[in-house]
Amino acid sequence: MSEHAELKTGPLEYRREDGPLTILGFWIFLAAEVVLFSTLFATYAVLFGRYGDATPAHELFEMPMALTMTFLLLVSSFTCGIAVHMMRKESLKGLVIWLIITLALGLGFLGFEIYEFVHYVHEGATIQSSAFWSAFFTLTGTHGLHVTLGVFWCTAIIIQLIRFGLTPVIARKTFIIGLYWHFLDVVWIFIFTAVYLIGMVV
Amino acid sequence: MWDFIWNDFLVTGEPIIYGAMASIVLATVGIVFVLTYFKLWKWLWDEYLTTVDHKKIGIMYIIAALAMLFRGGVDALMMRTQLALPNMNFLNSVHYNEIFTTHGTVMILFMAMPFIIGLMNVAVPLQIGARDVAFPFLNAFSFWTFFFGAMLFNISFVIGGSPSAGWTSYVPMAGPELSPEINQNYYLLALQLSGIGTLATGINFLVTILRMRAPGMTLMKMPIFTWSALITSIIIIFAFPILTIALALMTLDRIFGTHFFTLAGEGMPMMWANLFWLWGHPEVYIVILPAFGVFSEVISTFARKQLFGYKAMVYAMCVIAGLSFVVWVHHFFTMGAGAGVNSLFSITTMLIAVPTGIKIFNWLGTMYKGRIRFNVPMLWALAFIPNFTIGGVTGVMLGMASADYQYHNTYFLIAHFHYVLIAGTLFGMFAGLTYWYPKMFGHKMNEKIGKISFWFTVIGFNITFLPQFFLGLMGMPRRTYTIEPEWMPLNLLSTAGAFILATGFVIFTFNIYYSARYEPREKTGDAWDGRSLEWATTTPVPHYNFATIPYVNSHEAYWDMKETGATTYDESKLEPIHMPSYKGLPIIMSAIMFMASFGLVWHWFWLAIPGLLGVIICMVIRSFDFDEGYHVPIDEIKRTEEQARGRKE
Repeated sequence: MSEHAELKTGPLEYRREDGPLTILGFWIFLAAEVVLFSTLFATYAVLFGRYGDATPAHELFEMPMALTMTFLLLVSSFTCGIAVHMMRKESLKGLVIWLIITLALGLGFLGFEIYEFVHYVHEGATIQSSAFWSAFFTLTGTHGLHVTLGVFWCTAIIIQLIRFGLTPVIARKTFIIGLYWHFLDVVWIFIFTAVYLIGMVV
Repeated sequence: MWDFIWNDFLVTGEPIIYGAMASIVLATVGIVFVLTYFKLWKWLWDEYLTTVDHKKIGIMYIIAALAMLFRGGVDALMMRTQLALPNMNFLNSVHYNEIFTTHGTVMILFMAMPFIIGLMNVAVPLQIGARDVAFPFLNAFSFWTFFFGAMLFNISFVIGGSPSAGWTSYVPMAGPELSPEINQNYYLLALQLSGIGTLATGINFLVTILRMRAPGMTLMKMPIFTWSALITSIIIIFAFPILTIALALMTLDRIFGTHFFTLAGEGMPMMWANLFWLWGHPEVYIVILPAFGVFSEVISTFARKQLFGYKAMVYAMCVIAGLSFVVWVHHFFTMGAGAGVNSLFSITTMLIAVPTGIKIFNWLGTMYKGRIRFNVPMLWALAFIPNFTIGGVTGVMLGMASADYQYHNTYFLIAHFHYVLIAGTLFGMFAGLTYWYPKMFGHKMNEKIGKISFWFTVIGFNITFLPQFFLGLMGMPRRTYTIEPEWMPLNLLSTAGAFILATGFVIFTFNIYYSARYEPREKTGDAWDGRSLEWATTTPVPHYNFATIPYVNSHEAYWDMKETGATTYDESKLEPIHMPSYKGLPIIMSAIMFMASFGLVWHWFWLAIPGLLGVIICMVIRSFDFDEGYHVPIDEIKRTEEQARGRKE
């Protein structure tokens, strides 16, 4: 590790020398996450339509539900962007408020996802029903777990922001959770297209 | 309760296992006794278990890898004993299946990989003039997840039974129907646990190499071993998430009843083979490229010449890394993919021979007209070239899809990959360990004993594996626990070779003990008249590595420094050095993950769920940890350096 000399200008999260280092590390971690989700998408594509005796997807998928979830997550990504914008303006209050809004939208998304899963299980499509449903629940469930982790993580950072204020270290952490949150949004766009849109048509 | 422990929990009924249990208990008691008697617990905790210093972490990786080499080696000797004569009754078929599975898994994932990562930890930050890796805490965490993953895998042979479906764990063999016992779960969770650490290591070293090089060191001025570590890190980052998913899917199949790889519910068993080798083939290059890096360093140092074709070496590694991701189907040409697919993968496979051949010629070019010193590291490098070439050429033979129908799953394949992995990776690791040994421990390894161990190993290796090419062509299948009479002479020869090879390893280990006691201490820090930056600092290396960091002009930074008289201790440039504090959290968190994984192996959710919660609690503790580390004051740097450089006492 090198000196922790602090710069006086530039974005807060880049002012300490370990800031850019950690952020680069996180970008690389996201590259690994891309591979992780790609593998799950490939698995889903391979097992697509392999229902066995279970209900086919197009009988269960509903556009309003999928659209609502997409809307919630997309807007949460937007509010997360505003939060980082607030951080750039060094407005602690604005940052915290917009992060809380982001969290609320994320929780809304999770609520719908849980409702959706419960609904499918009641209709007889469980993770054990057939290869297709195993792949479906694993792909969307992995994304859902990531969102859940993000909610807990973001909560921890809001607590730190309130307790310790906007320091370069906490700014770095906030910036990284922002990257993570946008990444989850990008993954969801692929899920919406590859799973719901295609699943309803084919 | 007692019934469960005796019939299911512990493995019973075999004298060898009872012996193993007794020796595990005795060894544990012995270690605890020694640590307590000599009051070493605090020292162990303060200096090693909580360390974030890349040099110490590297040493721990290498010690663990040598221990695993011993474990995998004993497995190999047991297999060879069983195969020495027809109708041997040394191992029964089930036990034999378990042993070839653990031999393969342990040697690749718990010996070769950690050995390589250990050498990377020791050498890379020193070679690029850095004071540590980018994320020291994460580095410690990587080591401990590997360590506990390896432990989880190793307890399987006395607790619950070892996995027995081969190191590739093909379904349906490894699935819940044909392997209903818990043993396969050990494979899944142990690999998952250590895989987390490997991915973290990949990210850590990529950032370290990209961002923490000494001033002036552009990418094309990096030492070649650092280049190999960079390429390896990139392969790790793109390959390991695939393994993570493959293991997770099989875990879901086995523990939660999903249908990814099952025959029921329209699952696809063949998808496992694709996912496994989509990770598994790049894995081959994860363990071979750093060995290439070591050989390049060693050959250039001991031929006393600049590395021939430095840029070609770098580009060759990049091409190999790219190709490593597009050849996986050659592991199952016989699955019935069709002529088109097989041809494509046959061609990509053979293409790898081109950059590899370029590297071989560059090593030969480096030695041409060099004044070669035949020290032990150089001997390993010299033995590597012809032996590895045999492995490579037979690899091209296997890469021809049509011919592969003849060799597939025979001993020809076994011989091929042992020629590649032992002559490549293992010789490379032994070369690297003897080469950097003085940097790590402050004394060289004994040359004479080293040479004896070298000759035993190389001769034993060839006696073991050369006959196996012919056994394969005679039709002897792999993973068979008993042999036909006509295969007997060559098998007997092979078994004799295995014991000679093992003797070589034992002498190598003895050399570590002997050298620690009797070899003269190394004072200069430049044990071999080296050419890259790791030799520019003193021995033993101070915990901050370099007092002042030099400006780098070429890929042989230290060679230039020696010519211009530059030093890594420039008193006028001294500044306080920032260092991270030691942390107990990595080992504690990994231990909790071990518990959670052990719970999942046994389907004990009462243990697995609290374990996972414990992991989350550890992450929160880490998030709220604002420890900034500390600064080494200038006075202390002066004192350390002057003492190490022999100027003052």
